[in-house]
Amino acid sequence: MYVHEFQAKQLLSSYGVPAPRGAVARTPAAARDAAREIGGGAWAVKAQILAGGRGKAGGVKIAESLDAVATESRQLLGSTLVTEQTGAAGRKVASVYVEERVAAARELYLAVLVDRASGRVAFLTSAEGGEDIEEAVARDPARIDKLVVDPARGPDDAGLRNAAAGLGLDGAAAEAAVALMSGLYKAFHELDASLIEINPLAVTETGELRAIDVKLNLDDNALFRHPELEALRDPDDFDPTEMEAARYEINYVKLGGDIGCMVNGAGLALATLDAIGRAGGAAADFMDVRPVATREQIATGFRLVLTNPKIKAILVNVFGGGILRCDTMAEGIASAVHAHGLPVPLILRLAGTNMEIAKKTLVGQGVPVTFADDMAQAAELAVRAAKSGAAKSGAA
Amino acid sequence: MAILVTGETKVICQGMTGAQATFHCEQAIAYGTKLVAGVTPGKGGGKHLYLPVFDDVAAAVAATGAEVSLVFVPPRAAADAIIEAVDAGVPLIVCVTERVPVLDMVRVKRRLEDSTSRLIGPNSPGVITPEACKIGVMPGHIHFPGRIGIASRSASLAYEAVAQTTANRLGQSTCVGIGGDPVHGMGFADCLELFLDDPETEGVLLIGEIGGTAEEEAAAFLSARKAAGTLDKPVVAYIAGEDAPTGRRMGHAGTVNVFGKGGADDKIAALRAAGAVIAESAAEIGATMRRALAR
Repeated sequence: MYVHEFQAKQLLSSYGVPAPRGAVARTPAAARDAAREIGGGAWAVKAQILAGGRGKAGGVKIAESLDAVATESRQLLGSTLVTEQTGAAGRKVASVYVEERVAAARELYLAVLVDRASGRVAFLTSAEGGEDIEEAVARDPARIDKLVVDPARGPDDAGLRNAAAGLGLDGAAAEAAVALMSGLYKAFHELDASLIEINPLAVTETGELRAIDVKLNLDDNALFRHPELEALRDPDDFDPTEMEAARYEINYVKLGGDIGCMVNGAGLALATLDAIGRAGGAAADFMDVRPVATREQIATGFRLVLTNPKIKAILVNVFGGGILRCDTMAEGIASAVHAHGLPVPLILRLAGTNMEIAKKTLVGQGVPVTFADDMAQAAELAVRAAKSGAAKSGAA
Repeated sequence: MAILVTGETKVICQGMTGAQATFHCEQAIAYGTKLVAGVTPGKGGGKHLYLPVFDDVAAAVAATGAEVSLVFVPPRAAADAIIEAVDAGVPLIVCVTERVPVLDMVRVKRRLEDSTSRLIGPNSPGVITPEACKIGVMPGHIHFPGRIGIASRSASLAYEAVAQTTANRLGQSTCVGIGGDPVHGMGFADCLELFLDDPETEGVLLIGEIGGTAEEEAAAFLSARKAAGTLDKPVVAYIAGEDAPTGRRMGHAGTVNVFGKGGADDKIAALRAAGAVIAESAAEIGATMRRALAR
C-alpha cells in the first residue's frame, strides 16, 4: 500500500528523516495560509497522488510569492495528473503539499527495499539522484550501489560509512547520512515497509541533508500488524471498482483496453493478458479471482467486469483446480448474468476439474456463451468479438 | 527416481486440524501420499484423519521419522512454523500459506542459510511426483507419471503446464511450485540442478513471470552447465506478463518491477542466450516441449 508523500514524511520524521517544513492543503486558501505559516520566500507546491513520475508530469510547482502558491494550488487541485505510472486515466489531485523550497547543491538517491536476489533488505544509493535516475540506471547500472544487510546483525557501521563515502559525503554530512540510513532501516522494519525511497535527497549549500521527495510502500501482507497504518488509506485515492474487488479478496487492476477478463490464478491471468495482446487486442482489466473463490466471489467479480463501460467482449479463462472447480465458476457467472444481464459477447475457456458439468450448467441456464478449446483460441475469439462490437457501435 | 519426494516419503502437516488443511490432507491421503501425522499446538495426543496429532514438530518427527512438513498455517504464524520445522531438522518444508509478510520471509531465509533444510514456498501449490506423492493443494488428477520436470512461480500456470504435458503424452517426473512471493525458498536454479541430475527427467519446463531475478539466475545456472558440457536435456521456458503494465502489482506480490528490472523481454533474452527454448504463448508450452524433445 502506497501512502502519500506528506504521510510518508510524517511517519518517517520520528525516525530522523529530515524533510523540509511543510503542510498539506485541500484548497488554494489553505495552501496560501500554509505557506505563510512555513515562512521563507519560495515554496514547492506538490500534487499528492499515489503514483510516481509527478515532477515530469507537471505535478510539482515552484512558487515565489504567497499569491503564486494560491494560483499554482488552484491549478493543481481538482486536476487529473497523467504520469508514466498512472496509466492513461491519470489520478485526480485532491490535496497539495506545500513545502519550504530547499536550494540543493547536490541531489542524491537513497532507497531501502527487499532485495529479491539475496532475500535480504538492502540500501540502494547513487550520487546522481533526481527524476532521471531510472533512465540513468537503465543505461548504466554501475551508477547505483547496493548494500545488502545481514538480517541477523543489522546494518554495520563500516558498510554505512562506505555507502556515505560513495555518495560523495564526508564530515558532518557523512555522519548525518549514516544516521539517516540507520533510522531508515529501523523504520523499514517497524512499519513493515516494502520500499522507502528518498529521491532526491538534497545536500544543501551548508552540507545538510534534506529529503525532498519520499515514497513509502507498505507491505499489504503485514497490514494486520498495523491497523493505524491501514487507517491512512483514503478511499478517494483508489478506483472504486478496485476497492470493491479488494473487499471480496479479488485481485483486480483496471487497464485501458476493451476486453473484460476474469481468470482464476494470477499467473494464468497474466498469461491471458499476453494471449489477448498476441491476438491484437487489449484487456480492460487484470482479474484474478484466486483459486479459493466461492460462487458469490465469482458473481461479484463478473459484475465488476461488467461495470466497465468500455468493454466490448468478456473473456473468462478457468483452470478448474482442487478447490475452485469449473462448475463453481459457471454457477457464479450464471447468477451474475441473471442479475445484471450480458450486454457483450462472452467467451469461455474451461479446463480441469468438472469442465463438462460447467458447460452443461451454462447452456442449461441459457447463458449465451462461446466455448474455446484453449486460451489462444479464446483470445482470438474475444478480440474478434470486441472488434465487431466496436464496428457495430461505431455504425450506430 | 523423480526429485524431492517419492512414494516412500513420510509427510507431516503443520496446522492439519484446520478446515482447508483437513480437505487437502484428505486429498493427499487419497492420492497415496504417506501422511503420517499432524502438528497443532494444544491438540497433541489427539487424532485427526485417523492420524496422531502432536504439539510440536520435533515430537512429530521423533515419533514418525517424517522427512517433509507441509505448512498449512495462517500468514501471521507461518514464519514461526517454518522456523520450527527448520529447528527440528526437517529436510524439506513446503509452505502453501498465501500473504506471508515479506520481512518474516527475510528472517526465515536467513535461518535456512544456517541449516540443511530446503523450503518450497510460501504461496506455493506444493510439490507432486505423479501417482506417488502429492504435498500441497494442486488437483492430483491432471498429473500423469512421465518425463518432464516442471518448476513454476504461478500455481495456475503450473496446472496449465501439467495439463499440456499430459495431453502431449509426456507426463511429469515431479512438479514444484516455487511460489510467487518476492522472498521464497527454492528457486528455479535449485530445481534445475535437481532435474538435470535426475535420470528420470528428460526435459525441464520453467514457468516464470515478470518481476524479480529468478529467471535470470536460472539463465546463469544454465549457461554454466552449458559451458561445462553438462546440459544434456532440453529446457523450455515460458514467461508470463509481456503485456502487463509496469509499476502495478498483478496478483502475486512478486510481479512488481523496480528500476525497469524484471521485464519479460530481459528474462526471455537471458534464458534464450543460455540455451533454453522459449514457448511463445501459454497455450504452446506442451507442444514446444514435445518439439524440443524430438530434436
